Amino acid sequence: MTQENTPDDTTALLVDGLTVIGRPSDVEIISGVSITVRRGEILGLVGESGSGKTTLGLSLLAHCKRATEISGGRVEVAGADLATLSEQGVRALRGRAVAYIPQSPASALNPALRLRTQLREALHDSSLSAGEVSERVREVLREVALPDDDAFLARYPHQLSGGQQQRVAIAMAFIGRPDVIVLDEPTTGLDVTTQAHVLDTIRRMTRDYGTAGVYISHDMAVVAGLADEIAVMYQGELVERGRTEEVMAAPGHEYTRRLLRAVPLLRTDHRPEESAPEEEPLLRVRGLSAGYGRTTVLEDIDVSVSRGECVALLGESGSGKTTLSRSVVGLHHQFSGEMLFDGARLATGSYRRTAEQRRRVQYVFQNPYEALNPRKRVRDQILGPYRHLVGRPQDPDAVVAEALERAALSASYANRFPEQLSGGERQRVCIARAVATKPDLLVCDEITSALDVSVQAEIVALLRNLQDAGMALLFVTHNIALVSNIADRVAVLNKGRIVEYGPVGEVMSAPEHEYTRALIADTPDFAPQGA
Amino acid sequence: MTRLIVVRLLFGALTLWAVSLVVFAATQALPGDAAQLILGRDATPERLAVLREQLNLGEPVAVQYMQWLQGIVQGDLGTSFSNRRPVAEYLASPVQSSLTLMGLSALVATPVALAVGAFSALRRDRAFDHTSSMGTLIVASIPEFVVGILLILLLGPGGLDLFPSVYARQGGPDQWILPVLTLSLAVAPPIVRMMRATMIEVLESEYVQQARLKGMSERLVLWRHAAPNAIGPVAQVVALQLAWLAGGVVAIEYLFNFPGVGKVLMDAIANRDVPLIQAVVLLIAGIYILVNLVADVIGLAANPKVRVANR
Repeated sequence: MTQENTPDDTTALLVDGLTVIGRPSDVEIISGVSITVRRGEILGLVGESGSGKTTLGLSLLAHCKRATEISGGRVEVAGADLATLSEQGVRALRGRAVAYIPQSPASALNPALRLRTQLREALHDSSLSAGEVSERVREVLREVALPDDDAFLARYPHQLSGGQQQRVAIAMAFIGRPDVIVLDEPTTGLDVTTQAHVLDTIRRMTRDYGTAGVYISHDMAVVAGLADEIAVMYQGELVERGRTEEVMAAPGHEYTRRLLRAVPLLRTDHRPEESAPEEEPLLRVRGLSAGYGRTTVLEDIDVSVSRGECVALLGESGSGKTTLSRSVVGLHHQFSGEMLFDGARLATGSYRRTAEQRRRVQYVFQNPYEALNPRKRVRDQILGPYRHLVGRPQDPDAVVAEALERAALSASYANRFPEQLSGGERQRVCIARAVATKPDLLVCDEITSALDVSVQAEIVALLRNLQDAGMALLFVTHNIALVSNIADRVAVLNKGRIVEYGPVGEVMSAPEHEYTRALIADTPDFAPQGA
Repeated sequence: MTRLIVVRLLFGALTLWAVSLVVFAATQALPGDAAQLILGRDATPERLAVLREQLNLGEPVAVQYMQWLQGIVQGDLGTSFSNRRPVAEYLASPVQSSLTLMGLSALVATPVALAVGAFSALRRDRAFDHTSSMGTLIVASIPEFVVGILLILLLGPGGLDLFPSVYARQGGPDQWILPVLTLSLAVAPPIVRMMRATMIEVLESEYVQQARLKGMSERLVLWRHAAPNAIGPVAQVVALQLAWLAGGVVAIEYLFNFPGVGKVLMDAIANRDVPLIQAVVLLIAGIYILVNLVADVIGLAANPKVRVANR
């Protein structure tokens, strides 16, 4: 602790000794947390998943998830202690004294209600007339740079882009001019350009409104650029707290130092290419076009991957990068153009490829929470594809142990079920399952985006080891910093076309396309001095 | 959305046509002499000849079917064997009674079941939820005519003597109560369970949490935010259950001696009255298809993505 709780008249939020326990186990989910936030300032609350930061964020609105409850401490907003108020009293303060911006607006906006309804009802209990409410709705929409006309207000959430949905969520939170606003990883699903705009909006709105912000995130890079103060959560406790510059320059707690080290830095230095691409690449894609029905998603794509090389496909959501990777692996059928693997043509669907071709190209999915069958043990998850593509193994235990070892897991994981694994361990199991058949090309579709930054770093190190062992990687991502660290060459996708393609050192140090330049500029500037 | 509804309507018509094929095949186009089969022991050469004439048995099967279908499309359902009256005229009154019985049961069962299901979801794992869960399971596991018998024993003249247990032409409106109650109890349990499961899922969703964090009252959260998102999936189950009524009404009408299509069907089967059987079965299938069609439309209308896309 580098600061004492010294409330003064600029304090908007005061949390003192807040403890939340689980029922009926009485386990403390967060223990004795104390924070204060001043008006117009933002506190960055960082920690990995499971550290209790979301529980803390929700308890600032006196909301507890099922089977949890606040067992002690104070949450003072606008002079009232939410922890002791009645349900009725808390409800009156929500939206007006303290508001919440969710992680995923796509699931937090009600799909069945028009924007007008959802925005207007956020001004519940206010003394405004119907006309004034409408005026306020339009005003706040203009402030977050959204259209304020009737046609827009009549829309449903699914008719908006991800960035627009998040702006609506921000507008919904600010509409009641709250004293405190809680933001739970509000940019997680957004690409860097949209993220930069959203962060900008949040910064401006908190300052203009004199609102105190609590910004929850696992990403130090985002918090460093946004927050005035940083609080670090670890296993339910606040382990470090201080002004952002101080924490960044001299992190006091070992865990903070680990978080800082884990952030991938955007490397824009020019590196000499290690080796020129060999004559015949492992995978060559020429003139590929792909689409869904009558919509064309990809056009005229040329990419090649050599043995032992990592090629990154970089692009925002909707750029077609996942369609391309699914086409390579045979999951997406509707494409035309040339696709050669080790000199032989790859058919459009995986069913029409030879078992040997399927064995040699493997895929790791984005979300490890959905990619593993919850009813099968790790051992069976790994042996399934092996039996199918290679044959019945002589010694199944050896196959499983070797695959787990290549994914940096001990053989003892073989008998576990997915629910007994953390997110990072799940993704390692997914990788083990993919490498069990000893493929030559591994297609990785955003495999780190569902994971904490600290876990991302471990997965990236693992991939680098696999690459050193001779495996080629096609690494799909929207994270440009990650690309600059892992890839040998990068293809930048924008609206279904490759706008830039070359060695990663050249592209990062001298981006030629305007889109690549924008991506680099929008990536949070992050330079920890002490780490 | 209009296009989707038209497509559903066409599929409905197609299904009905397929049903007519099956009904015709099962009653009239069986191998062997249908007239002999129908008359059984009552067969005399004269009666056989008359019946063959009436059913056009001299013609090829395809022609028989076309003539039969043409009659139905034009509203001519044939003439009943047993009482020599046109089937359409004979069925008018029972159909009206049965539809009223089904309609009343649907009007009672659906809202009560939805409310119980929604309330169970709100009171998840508490006393009300456990009670309703046990209750629906018990009722669902007993055949509906047994439920009817139990109700008669309990509430009828032999028990508390609250309501009459047999329908009589000159009886008062209270004679509707036990049949409606029995059918409602038969129909409600799956609706309760589906509504509970769907509501639990919806109540756990992030948009409901967000509505609570916006300070909405529980009433608004439930009816404005949660319910519209539960309608789509629940409508399907409601439709299946209400469509089941069309067939389920048969046993219950028999039990209460209720003068509806169920009783007509029973009698028609006993008398081997083929035109009557064909008409009633087609009618039940028609109701089945219609109710499911309505559920599809409600499901589509409840989904804003569909509603907005094809306007």
